[in-house]
Amino acid sequence: MQWEVVIGLEIHSQLATQSKIFSGSATTFGAEPNTQASLVDLGMPGVLPVLNQEAVRMAVMFGLAVDAEIVQHNVFARKNYFYPDLPKGYQISQMELPIVGKGHLDITLEDGTVKRVGITRAHLEEDAGKSLHEDFSGATGIDLNRAGTPLLEIVSEPDMRSAKEAVAYVKAMHALVRYLGICDGNMAEGSLRCDCNVSIRPVGQAEFGTRCEIKNVNSFRFIEKAINSEVQRQIELIEDGGKVIQQTRLYDPNKDETRAMRSKEEANDYRYFPDPDLLPVVIEDSFIEDVRATLPELPPQKRERFQSQFGLSAYDASVLASSREQADYFEKVVSISGDAKLAANWVMVELGSLLNKQALDIDQSPVSAEQLGGMLQRIKDNTISGKIAKVVLEAMANGEGTADDVIEKRGLKQVTDSGAIEKVLDEVLAANAEQVEQYRAADEAKRGKMFGFFVGQAMKASKGKANPQQVNELLKSKLEG
Amino acid sequence: MALDRSDVEKIAHLARIGLNDADIPRTTEALNSILGLIDQMQAVDTTGIEPLAHPLEASQRLRADVVTESNHREAYQSIAPAVENGLYLVPKVIE
Amino acid sequence: MHQLTLAEIARGLADKKFSSEELTKTLLARIAQLDPQLNSFITLTEDLALEQAKAADARRANGETGALLGAPIGHKDLFCTLGVRTSCGSKMLDNFKAPYDATVVAKLASAGAVTLGKTNMDEFAMGSANESSYYGAVKNPWNLEHVPGGSSGGSAAAVAARLLPAATGTDTGGSIRQPAALTNLTGLKPTYGRVSRWGMIAYASSLDQGGPLARTAEDCAILLQGMAGFDPQDSTSIDEPVPDFSANLNGSLQGLRIGVPQEFFSEGLDSRIAELVHNSIKELEKLGAVIKPISLPNMQHAIPAYYVIAPAEASSNLSRFDGVRFGHRCENPKDLTDLYQRSRAEGFGPEVQRRILVGAYALSAGYYDAYYLQAQKIRRLIKNDFMAAFNEVDIILGPTTPNPAWKIGAKNSDPVSAYLEDVYTITANLAGLPGLSMPAGFVDGLPVGVQLLAPYFQEGRLLNVAHQYQLNTDWHTRSPAGF
Repeated sequence: MQWEVVIGLEIHSQLATQSKIFSGSATTFGAEPNTQASLVDLGMPGVLPVLNQEAVRMAVMFGLAVDAEIVQHNVFARKNYFYPDLPKGYQISQMELPIVGKGHLDITLEDGTVKRVGITRAHLEEDAGKSLHEDFSGATGIDLNRAGTPLLEIVSEPDMRSAKEAVAYVKAMHALVRYLGICDGNMAEGSLRCDCNVSIRPVGQAEFGTRCEIKNVNSFRFIEKAINSEVQRQIELIEDGGKVIQQTRLYDPNKDETRAMRSKEEANDYRYFPDPDLLPVVIEDSFIEDVRATLPELPPQKRERFQSQFGLSAYDASVLASSREQADYFEKVVSISGDAKLAANWVMVELGSLLNKQALDIDQSPVSAEQLGGMLQRIKDNTISGKIAKVVLEAMANGEGTADDVIEKRGLKQVTDSGAIEKVLDEVLAANAEQVEQYRAADEAKRGKMFGFFVGQAMKASKGKANPQQVNELLKSKLEG
Repeated sequence: MALDRSDVEKIAHLARIGLNDADIPRTTEALNSILGLIDQMQAVDTTGIEPLAHPLEASQRLRADVVTESNHREAYQSIAPAVENGLYLVPKVIE
Repeated sequence: MHQLTLAEIARGLADKKFSSEELTKTLLARIAQLDPQLNSFITLTEDLALEQAKAADARRANGETGALLGAPIGHKDLFCTLGVRTSCGSKMLDNFKAPYDATVVAKLASAGAVTLGKTNMDEFAMGSANESSYYGAVKNPWNLEHVPGGSSGGSAAAVAARLLPAATGTDTGGSIRQPAALTNLTGLKPTYGRVSRWGMIAYASSLDQGGPLARTAEDCAILLQGMAGFDPQDSTSIDEPVPDFSANLNGSLQGLRIGVPQEFFSEGLDSRIAELVHNSIKELEKLGAVIKPISLPNMQHAIPAYYVIAPAEASSNLSRFDGVRFGHRCENPKDLTDLYQRSRAEGFGPEVQRRILVGAYALSAGYYDAYYLQAQKIRRLIKNDFMAAFNEVDIILGPTTPNPAWKIGAKNSDPVSAYLEDVYTITANLAGLPGLSMPAGFVDGLPVGVQLLAPYFQEGRLLNVAHQYQLNTDWHTRSPAGF
């Protein structure tokens, strides 16, 4: 049987506000347990929530960025269930009237095709605290610092058909919220978390299969692995004559498998109703227009501009626009060096591999955009060759200052004095008289390869500093002359 | 409609109230008597009437995004039944 | 000294006839002597009271003035009071020392009011008789075998017995007005949103409203002045200017249009109460008011709607009592479910449990539309009735309760029979309107109240009408024998 995979995702994105959604507590990550838990966050008797304006602004901004309807009369509801990390016994969320309605996000797949993924809705809610399961004399410890952190829950349509598509969607969403500055996107700290709804159906079947929800998958890699292992489980289950039961599961990366969550075994009846402590949120047109005016250029527009303005390929443009930091870095290098293609190449290839080796993000780059731009200027004005530039980049990464500092200190300035180059060439030819004879006897086809040998020797003799173009020209005339 | 014992047990579980077996018949009877009162409401024709959640129908005021709270863990945990290392303790939870 | 009203105390303190400290000591001694008969207090705050009284005396000596500066009061035991047990009349919170002050508590303290203690109440404000308190039933000072009404029964009994000149209460379905009526007091439920709910432990959030209980309308004006006002910590608090209630007491009633709804005089009303209400109408006519018969056709649906909305909100509001961060926790829970189920079964009394269960049911899958949504639609019908009525009249008048105070225990076997006692008061909560109950006579030696309702934010009008009435009647001056 051929199976089709159907995936819908719920992304919980912690909004980058200073204070919590309903209280004045800080949202800083990693504080001592329960030191950022106020009366409201603790659900003390008699306390009341007041909504954070910034959370509303960020949600509206998101809605505009995914082309969605902003629900101008949206309502907070209580989702009732008992759990120790949920202090009030209910989570303040939105049910029937979320702040963001239907929208969509375009994602680029590996083969370069663009796929439109539907966004069902996005709603504001409060995050829960954390249960710590290390042993506290056989008990679980509860830290409520995270309780009340604003979340935007972004629900997609079941539009994805493979784990790779799902990852592409999460990456695009990750880039988007960071572009918008509404979420720091730190998946390791749980700032962006993903629940994956996975089902399978025979190819060609219209109705969906029974889905399972894999909760809280917290890295791109695990999303792909968790979905694949869940798909495999469902296929094996069905092909063995079993049935998929709708349930909530957890992914265990050590075993690379999903398992049913004990705490979610019973069917929940959340008894949603409008929170009587909060009034309907009314969003005026003027508020929406004010937010719209602050929308930054988003990845798709940036990709297009990079192609049209700088003449980059679609691939290069999409890589460079994939994060706001990368795009900003690239544009700064362009403005300093004045050469977009050269800048694209260096940012993506040489700087890219340097960062990769050290597992750094571009905003942690040891070489600033100013430094890299300055170095490219030196390539363009023939002060250094591309090859020497790699040495300069390394040196800059090691903290040796600007490109000019490095070139000066290490004496890497390119030799362009033809007399000096000729002298080096004469020495090289004299030392390799036999090869010179062979070259002169060879036919045109063989000469090409042999020519490279002399260039290599010449560059070696000049410690890489001879201008390669001049070396080529002078060598040619000497060998053929 | 009248609740039976299993309905009451289900609701009690939703509300996490542990009822004694012996109390269930009395509770069931009391709840049915209350529901009898409430059910009079079903006769009212409310076609086309918008539900009213808040008497004054105002809209939500928004707070500036400013941190106004500081750490009061010691005071807040002084009234807690069980804490250790700044954490509230509950019986072991298995996810 | 214990007979003095708030207004008289203010004058006495201003004229230096006595100090707040003297007054406080006198009342504390009186409470110690008489309250064992009534059980109107859960916690006495003697040390706090003496400290506040001395501070108030010092402020007066420094030239400060203020109607509440040095005035002794009590707080219903659901207003959080920093460092003081705030029990809500429940075993669940028997060990709960509030870590903060309710806005009402803080406002009154800064106005110089002296807190003598926390008054008894129905558990989590659920009741009309003050019999559901973990701390025992409160007795009506007019007849110790009878209930004082509820849920603010402790506040009512203490003020009626002259243990306090005034006290705070809360009113979700009549819990200020009904006990005021049953103990010969004046009690006011303000417009929803007028008094902050921050720190007022919630029963039903969209209905709860704090307000004053006192012996006169004049005193209610003084206490309400100290309680009312916009609070940014309460999203449902209304940012409306608070008028000077005391300054508006003396307006003439000439031409005042009083609506009398026929539905308030239907079957179920004690005919002797009906007669007393008609007497009060005649009194107001003498003062120039014009009476108009009106109709509130949906009033009969108010009790069913209320007993869906209030329990639904309560079932959710009371979920935070889970034995984890505060309050009662059962011994040696074997797992998480056991912790929840036993802590809550042990901590909540039967009436609270019943309402939580009703509420959970009304919100549960498959029943939400038929119960909760239907109740909210009826709520709008009831509000619409009032809006239509207030196009015709300035004030609505009727009985506060269908019966005088009943005997303790008389309605214990059937909770629903007690629910029906709220029939006249509940509509104001559903619509969010201000309402006041004032003394209007006696039946079998038990007090009877007349209720006045006004449009939104017109508490001043209610106090004005009640004050004018009280200038011309003396029901409110009668005190119970033995107190």
